[in-house]
Amino acid sequence: MGLAKRIIPCLDVDRGRVVKGVRFVEIRDAGDPVEIARRYDQQGADEITFLDITASSDDRETMVHVVEQVASEVFIPLTVGGGIRALDDVRRMLNAGADKVSINTAAIARPEFVREAAERFGNQCIVVAIDAKAVHQAGETPRWEIFTHGGRKPTGIDAVEWARRMSAYGAGEILLTSMDRDGTKQGFNLDLTRAISEAVSIPVIASGGVGTLDHLADGILLGKADAVLAASIFHFAEYTIEQAKRHLRARGIEVRL
Amino acid sequence: MTHIAIIDYGMGNLRSVAKAFEHVAPKARVSVTQDRRDILQADRVVFPGQGSIRDCIRELAHWDLLGVVRAAALGKPFLGLCLGPQALLTFSEENGGVDCLNVLPGRVVWFGELREPETGERLKVPHMGWNQVRQAGDHPLWRDIPQDSRFYFVHSYYLKPEEPALIAGQTRYGFDFASAVARDNIFAVQFHPEKSAQAGLRLLANFVDWNP
Repeated sequence: MGLAKRIIPCLDVDRGRVVKGVRFVEIRDAGDPVEIARRYDQQGADEITFLDITASSDDRETMVHVVEQVASEVFIPLTVGGGIRALDDVRRMLNAGADKVSINTAAIARPEFVREAAERFGNQCIVVAIDAKAVHQAGETPRWEIFTHGGRKPTGIDAVEWARRMSAYGAGEILLTSMDRDGTKQGFNLDLTRAISEAVSIPVIASGGVGTLDHLADGILLGKADAVLAASIFHFAEYTIEQAKRHLRARGIEVRL
Repeated sequence: MTHIAIIDYGMGNLRSVAKAFEHVAPKARVSVTQDRRDILQADRVVFPGQGSIRDCIRELAHWDLLGVVRAAALGKPFLGLCLGPQALLTFSEENGGVDCLNVLPGRVVWFGELREPETGERLKVPHMGWNQVRQAGDHPLWRDIPQDSRFYFVHSYYLKPEEPALIAGQTRYGFDFASAVARDNIFAVQFHPEKSAQAGLRLLANFVDWNP
């Protein structure tokens, strides 16, 4: 009896289609976002996250329509990330039917943006996405740094410090991606996940690297994540959300089934 | 045709609430409105809210809707959502202390530093995600919703009604708090039924059928 840990399928959307890349390079088409969102909802997904990976701003309008369509038939929380740079972007996505927006690069460019967005729209709808990579050598104290541009560009910002700062600025939740693991199917970076989750009082979603159902459970039990996000294991029908939840339950984790 | 008015005072996105009502009551007229007459003439009123309580009360005053909300809460089926039930109580601790509408006696209190009593594990705030609601008794809005069903929550402050009789449902997060309150024609929930899949849609459908 209590709060369930969440499973959040993530849909990378490019020009209105769901795609999945491995380490941000090789892109495979995985289908129609509305259809996939509907299927995940039926399987018992706790939330759905859309990541707009469209490069051109002309195509952003497509994403607004995707959110509108999904929101009129799928009644669970929806998060949209990618290209959220101004208060107007937040407003547009919320008006289209998103419940939360995920802010990444814009927060690094101007941290005050997070504070302004949280004050204007409420902490509950501001997720700060953190892409982190290990920068310590073997044998050293673990240290992770924020990277941008799909993991290519270091920022010099310490990931744990950044998470604390974003929480203080009013983020309602943190979406943490391990860039070392993303797309590898080797499991979450559990040390990183636990370090961030213990550093802040707001919920942390673990992302990056899920290949098996045990990886999801480990993220929660060992990484102390409040929610786990995965893409490819669900898109390519390796597992259903329901199978994933049954597995978590078998490992003693409270889920919504 | 039944007219359901969703009060729009600039606090949060009401599209989801409207869409969910359109989904469960395709024959009803669903309006998202700040028009006083529209709200007062509606058959049913929904009082949603998101964000901070200070802004909520300020915006209601700005749109001259404080009296309208009180009047609607007196007479017709009235559903409060999320920040809505908080605004209906007497006082909230948020933003250094804010006087609310005092439609129902009680206070709104911060979760603070929370731990699971049995394990000592720290609990995150906001309370975010799917949690169970223990129905306090039979109420038409709980019809066909199994006991202990899960609904979607996201909040850092909780309802502390003065009279136990006001509690229609309770949820456990470190301790038991009131996640639904009700009196006469008022039913108000801390969670988001419009985002709570089947159980949430059932509750909204029950509200549409409710004749207190």
